[in-house]
Amino acid sequence: MAISINGRDVALPDDPRVSLADLLRDDLHLTGTKIGCNQGGCGACTVLLDGARVLSCLTLAVQAEGRRVTTIEGLAEADQLHPLQAAFIAQDGFQCGYCTPGQICAAEALLRELAEGLPSYVTADITAPAPLSAEEIRERMSGNLCRCGAHPGIVAAILQVAEERAA
Amino acid sequence: MSRVQNAVIGSVRTVVGWLPERWLPGGSPDPLIGRHGEVGRQLGHLDGPLKVTGAARFAAEVPLEQLCHAALVHSPVARGRIATLDTRAAEAAPGVVLVLTHRTMPRLEPVPLISITNMTAVGNSALPILQDPEIRYNGQVVALVLAETPQQADFAASLIDISYDEAPARTRFEAAKPQARTPASILVERNEEAVGDAEAALRQSAFQVDAIYTTPGHNHAAIEPHAVTAAWTGDRLVLHDATQAIAPTAAALAKLFDIRREDVRVLSPFVGGGFGAKGFWDHHVLAVAAARLVRRPVRLVLSREAVFRMVGGRSPTEQRVALAAEAGGRFTALIHTGYSVMPPYGACPEQYTLGSRALYRAQNVRFGQKHLDLDVVPNTYMRAPGEAVGSFALESAVDELAHQMSMDPIELRLRNDPEVHPLSGIPFSQRALAEAYRQGAEAFGWAARNATPRTRREGEWLLGMGCATGSFPYVRMPAGAVRIRLTRDGRASVACSAQDMGMGTATVQSQHAADRLGLPLAAVSFEMGDSDLPPAPMAGGSGQTVSIVAAVAAAATKLTGELLRLAGNASPLAGLRAGEVRLQEGGLVSLADPARRDSFDAILSRAGREDITVTESAAAPLEMFKYAMQSQSANFCDLRVSAVTGEIRITRLLGVFDVGTILNPRTAASQLRGGMIMGLGMALSEEVLFDERSGRIMNAGLADYHIPAHLDIPEIDVRWTGIPDPRSPLGARGIGEIAITGVAAAIANAVFNATGTRLRDLPLTLDKLLEEEGA
Ligand code: FES
Ligand code: FES
Repeated sequence: MAISINGRDVALPDDPRVSLADLLRDDLHLTGTKIGCNQGGCGACTVLLDGARVLSCLTLAVQAEGRRVTTIEGLAEADQLHPLQAAFIAQDGFQCGYCTPGQICAAEALLRELAEGLPSYVTADITAPAPLSAEEIRERMSGNLCRCGAHPGIVAAILQVAEERAA
Repeated sequence: MSRVQNAVIGSVRTVVGWLPERWLPGGSPDPLIGRHGEVGRQLGHLDGPLKVTGAARFAAEVPLEQLCHAALVHSPVARGRIATLDTRAAEAAPGVVLVLTHRTMPRLEPVPLISITNMTAVGNSALPILQDPEIRYNGQVVALVLAETPQQADFAASLIDISYDEAPARTRFEAAKPQARTPASILVERNEEAVGDAEAALRQSAFQVDAIYTTPGHNHAAIEPHAVTAAWTGDRLVLHDATQAIAPTAAALAKLFDIRREDVRVLSPFVGGGFGAKGFWDHHVLAVAAARLVRRPVRLVLSREAVFRMVGGRSPTEQRVALAAEAGGRFTALIHTGYSVMPPYGACPEQYTLGSRALYRAQNVRFGQKHLDLDVVPNTYMRAPGEAVGSFALESAVDELAHQMSMDPIELRLRNDPEVHPLSGIPFSQRALAEAYRQGAEAFGWAARNATPRTRREGEWLLGMGCATGSFPYVRMPAGAVRIRLTRDGRASVACSAQDMGMGTATVQSQHAADRLGLPLAAVSFEMGDSDLPPAPMAGGSGQTVSIVAAVAAAATKLTGELLRLAGNASPLAGLRAGEVRLQEGGLVSLADPARRDSFDAILSRAGREDITVTESAAAPLEMFKYAMQSQSANFCDLRVSAVTGEIRITRLLGVFDVGTILNPRTAASQLRGGMIMGLGMALSEEVLFDERSGRIMNAGLADYHIPAHLDIPEIDVRWTGIPDPRSPLGARGIGEIAITGVAAAIANAVFNATGTRLRDLPLTLDKLLEEEGA
């Protein structure tokens, strides 16, 4: 059995202790996925597992068996930046860039969650589809820490792409 | 040492004071000031595409053959000795390559500590590293394990069996006060200063505030943990590092491991946040020593817990600020004293009173700091060392006094705004705090504030506004060289070992080099992040940008001279000297007669050259001694406090910065907002929880040390006066640190305005508010 990582089948590691984050970074050299804490506290390691966001530091590689993993390296189409990647550049959604891949992966999943109408802690009416707002984005991105303080640019970038998609 | 520093600095000031201005750097303003070019333009980070695609490789991400991985074991006790140590199980564990303890670690000298007199010294701690069985603080590394995989290393580290003979440790702030030390100097300033009798003036004045303000330890919490990958080839070392001090790290390692400086190469092209933390710590020495022993490359990534436990943060402080004023508002007394932790084996005093010395004019003043010697990991500089926490105390006190006097707090500040540096009497190079407040008050809508606390309410929410001044000194480092290579096709590459922790170093320096060399931006490249390049100073004190700008300017002057020499008698410029031409539009142009020009292509072609290369260092930063050079800011906060739970939510922050020329409005705004966000964290949630019984940090993780998250961050408006400093390169003064200063006080002052409760202890948490209100 294997894991599909960015469309490529990858064998499971021999050592069952290997986290998905370590598999990506150490074995596959897909170092776009970052480790900020290795204990679920920062979101830097966020990747998509069957399209939903997970913390790859808290996911054992073997848990991803038979599933689809998308990392920051798998978001862009050939030479074309993913719209979120382009928007992060346009809106200055980073400084050091270390939290950035995790923010972008989380944002991609967030847009899907919003499109599905899933509510959040700040959604006033949880029986109706959650509205698109800066506040919703802030709440839903709060698991992704940024110490450089690029938050305003990050939220602006996500809002920009959300509006483009809604249009 | 400190007394010598005082004497040296004192005499430099005196001598420089006598020198005519034109002899000094900054004596005649930089000709690029006010010139419209690439500098001042909005330009995104040049490395943006690498960062958003994950292609930027950080220190722990360099693939190497034969790499082995390190894990560390830390002492759980604060003082004592290792009594028994059994590494057999670890050594026998699968994949283990080496177990390093004080028994097997090579004997090494201590690392020279950071100092103003030796720019190659970078140590944050003078303690021995695995040299003996002594334990000197809780968290100290007692063993390192190398294994084929990180999982094997972590597991084997858990098998090391150590017992300790514990000894009494000094871990209590209060208990250490009787033995507090009074250092002679704090950085380059004399520690204790007094004018008149401030205590007497305090007693006699019509209005006075005298209070204790406390701030907890803070952690830099850069999202990238410290990491190094060390690889030896024979006696040559390559270190992939995450550092704010590339050249000094290379020099320190060469000395420590007794190899030639040119045989060490430190590479650090990307750094995932620094804020003062990414200096030289024990992990450098451990990884390099281990790699040499096993003759294989070694990667050492600190766990998040280790980042807290073996890299120092900002010291806790207890500060007394006393302020007195006469009825008109003029300050009659200003006292700022206090305690912070600073073990004798550390290098970085928390200089919380230095900002206060420059900010206000008062008839009588007294300043002085005391150091507490605790058995802890040595504290280090963190964003705006001193000013970040000092401004909380001072600017809270000013607000308290204004309230007592029923005077607008901005008005009270401006009535005491000094014309010259209050202690030295030296003129400011440029200072427009009043203008910053004018702009800020207007943009923020300060007039809507009700000066009577607890008067504005919406449902359960009490509304409040506050303001506070921030400040940070101008720093240009007394070192730094750059190399410029100019090719016939009119392209230039500028190179030095500069650092970028996210500020946009290459972006801004490319903009500057384009203007300085008279080339389009696209024709300029900026190389950095490599100790094989000419040495840049460390990135600290918000001084890297101007330090490199000064070196580039010096190199450009040298380049001009060399080009004129090459141009020779066949040139339309024949007979002109370097001061009579300038670099413009891909060539040299006569200042007096712009029709006389010679292109780089023509000059180099005639000389039969493909390129020309010059290397030059900047002149000593004497402008720092001739003038008082200080940035300042006006911070405004609008917030709401729940009358039910005491929860504080920030609605808006606004900062107006008087920081000289803004070199790139886009990256600058981003950096300034980031600083204010760190200030918000300091105000509301950040606190290193230190167990005074065991000397252990209890919240050594990002889930428990609370930095602001997206939902905590309000609308943030940053602006600037944009007035160039006539004495600094490009008129710029540095923006990395000032934005964190004054923010916590603006928030605390707004909390007072909302609730009528004054909190003097950071962070401003709801339990403290409810307790004060209940009292
Ligand atoms: S690295 Fe996974 S949450 Fe921090
Ligand atoms: S950009 Fe540096 S941590 Fe987010």
